[in-house]
Amino acid sequence: MTTMTTTMTMDPVTINMVMALTVGVLYAVGFTLLLSRSLMRVLIGVVVLGHGTNLLLQLAGGPPARPPIVGTAPPESFADPLPQALALTAIVITFALTTLLLALGYRAFVLVGHDEVQDDVEDRRIARQKVPSAPLEAGDGDEQDVESADDEVEAAAARGRDAAS
Amino acid sequence: MTTSRDESHDPMPFEEWDRPREAWLLSGDCRRPGQRSLLLEMTTRAVFPTVLVFSLYLLLVGHYGPGGGFSAGLVAGLAFVLRYIAGGSDDLGAVVRVRAPAVIGTGLVIALLTALAPVAWGAPVLSTTKLAVALPLLGRAELQTSVFLDVGVYVLIIGVVLDLLRALGTGIERDMRDAGEDA
Amino acid sequence: MTTILTLPVLLPMLGAAVTVLGSRWATLQRVVGVVVLSVVAVLAGVLLVVADERGPIVTELGGWPAPMGIALVADRLSALLLLVSTLVTLAVLVYAIDQRIADYGRGTASTTFHPMYLMLCAGVSLAYLTGDLFTLFVAFELMLTASYVLITRRTNASRIRAGMTYVTVSLLSSLLFLTAIALIYAATGTVNLADLAGRIGTLPSGLRSVLGLMLLVVFGIKAAIVPLHFWLPDSYPNAPGPVAALFAGLLTKVSFYALLRTQTLLFTRDEPWTLLLVLAVATMLVGALGGLVQNDLNRLLSFLLVSHIGFMLFGLAVFDAAGVAGAALYAAHHITVLATLFLVSGLITRRTGTVALDRMGGLARSAPWLAVLFAVPALTLAGMPPTAGFVAKLALLEAGAAAGVDTRIVAGVVILASLLTLYALVRVWVRVFWGKRRAPLPDEDDADEVVIGTARSSVPMYAATGGLVAVSLAIAVFAGPLTALTARAGADLVDPVSYRTAVLGARASR
Repeated sequence: MTTMTTTMTMDPVTINMVMALTVGVLYAVGFTLLLSRSLMRVLIGVVVLGHGTNLLLQLAGGPPARPPIVGTAPPESFADPLPQALALTAIVITFALTTLLLALGYRAFVLVGHDEVQDDVEDRRIARQKVPSAPLEAGDGDEQDVESADDEVEAAAARGRDAAS
Repeated sequence: MTTSRDESHDPMPFEEWDRPREAWLLSGDCRRPGQRSLLLEMTTRAVFPTVLVFSLYLLLVGHYGPGGGFSAGLVAGLAFVLRYIAGGSDDLGAVVRVRAPAVIGTGLVIALLTALAPVAWGAPVLSTTKLAVALPLLGRAELQTSVFLDVGVYVLIIGVVLDLLRALGTGIERDMRDAGEDA
Repeated sequence: MTTILTLPVLLPMLGAAVTVLGSRWATLQRVVGVVVLSVVAVLAGVLLVVADERGPIVTELGGWPAPMGIALVADRLSALLLLVSTLVTLAVLVYAIDQRIADYGRGTASTTFHPMYLMLCAGVSLAYLTGDLFTLFVAFELMLTASYVLITRRTNASRIRAGMTYVTVSLLSSLLFLTAIALIYAATGTVNLADLAGRIGTLPSGLRSVLGLMLLVVFGIKAAIVPLHFWLPDSYPNAPGPVAALFAGLLTKVSFYALLRTQTLLFTRDEPWTLLLVLAVATMLVGALGGLVQNDLNRLLSFLLVSHIGFMLFGLAVFDAAGVAGAALYAAHHITVLATLFLVSGLITRRTGTVALDRMGGLARSAPWLAVLFAVPALTLAGMPPTAGFVAKLALLEAGAAAGVDTRIVAGVVILASLLTLYALVRVWVRVFWGKRRAPLPDEDDADEVVIGTARSSVPMYAATGGLVAVSLAIAVFAGPLTALTARAGADLVDPVSYRTAVLGARASR
């Protein structure tokens, strides 16, 4: 059966342009949504991207054919069952992860008041400081700067939180 | 019926003329009457057992036709989702008294034991075979052992859907109620 | 023997099911978790011995023959990593159990922690043992889904943020993985790794490069290779102590194992891989330099984790038997060292009440045992002789020096990055263990999973950490046999004839 698939899919004539374009559009939409900060959009992006991937898996199995159930059709006219099994597994996994993201988004909404991914405060703080935060000798002159930079960043973060909630 | 007790003395206000006066689901007046939908409750009462039976059909037919443990479990889970939408969390709690994690665990145990069972007969893990029994009156019955794995998956998926309803349905309702009381 | 091969996957799953069912009985959960992982560790040891003596062990699930059905394969590399990983998961579980007892009392059971922990272990085992690309995907999903739950349990605002980043990035890489599988299947008509090894070679070279690079990106995201590492120092430090140790020890290394397996089996090459050399240099330097400026202990360790992924990449990039063997040895020791360091960091945090280095001090006097527990893995990570890290780095340097001019330059970077690591860890030492003693800071958020500043750490928590230190010392003591073992594993990887024959039998010659 694998050799049959190989010949079918290696044959350039059997590429379905409409399906290929659909997969492309789904990927584009999915990636665009993934780039946004709102977890709800990310979730939709994951769902769309998951559909695109599953469609691609189906396309990998070759052109449409009879359902691969023994006794319903001659074996030569069967579709390749493996990509269907793979896609089914992938659907199950995407289903689980979608619900997980939903729950996570809801938790974020309850705890933070919105579902947007925040900046890493520690990261911003380190990016803004001029010297390493923990020089080996304690109490040298630069520590004041670091402290004030800390305060600024923390205040900015607090402002961000207030504005968001 | 509890909801129709003061019907004769106090006629219903006009805007609530379509409020159901009888309990159509198991646990009676389970949520505020204004939120109830007569149509949905009637339909659910009719459809709920049918869907469950259909899910069993899908479960058993899975080896030879479209179906199987996962889709059957999802269909059965949808029956519970319908029940939840129609009757609310109280009604669902009255129908399903077991804890969702216990259902998940049971399903997983069934599936894994089915996977390991062939080892006892010296076959590789996850092997399946066909059992044939001659039943009186019914004649010869055949059973693919993979159906036990499907049963495990079926129970597992029902548990997952129930857990989802608990976490994302009842839990959020509770949070909203708490928030409403705080405000 | 073939049944034993499935047990490292099925037993933790069964344990997860039992712990879900027994979610009211805390003792049952603990016993099941520890017993299951101990059994798996023994089985992994048996698998390692047998795989080393008789070659790869293969079992075909359900009796379906290999290219069609799912095959599980244990060769030297996967059995070795499985053994080390299981020892780490066992120690981390003991630590986590005792931390929970110390914090919440003996009676608290959890419906999520133990099942998810065991599920993660099942996913890790499956990832090591699977002989097919799609099952590898399923294993990763099993492992990652459990990790999503573990990192977002008992959430607070900062953990939600870290969890969002982690989940989103992992999901993206998983979907890319699925895309790569679809493309590989479309091109070759199989997902079995041994079968693919024969078929990918017949593809046009451009197509082969695209597929290889897609898998590199996929596992690169999961293994935190620079420039795809950004999510790791952001998310791991926010996880509770034992969970961070588990993630740091295992997840990136499993991804690196997948990278090692797929690249050596499917996309063989005869000379060092320049792209990967460049990535290795970037990963080593960015990680080490990033670690230098951190003030948060866990973030510092996370950056060092990224840096040391680069060391393993270097071994793979050399792409000969010695280099791959060095990478395998490095991965094995790295799993234990990083998990230990994160566990020690958890102990330090519990004592000081903070992860900020500039607010700690004087722990050497108040907690001398903690200082020892930190010093050994720290020296190991920096690669000081006579620790395991020195042995592993030596193997990498030897391979690099023998392979050519490019790799010799990168070997120099390896030494530089080791020194930077040492410097970063010395900074930690000076800040945390020397200086004047400070009173522990109070726990800011009582509702949080991590109870800190109480200095309440039970003996088993120290014992578990000490056990991991012992494992990494054992790697140093048995360096001779281990190096010989990984050398044989490296030879297997570079010339996968025995792997293919074991999986496909007579069909391998096609």
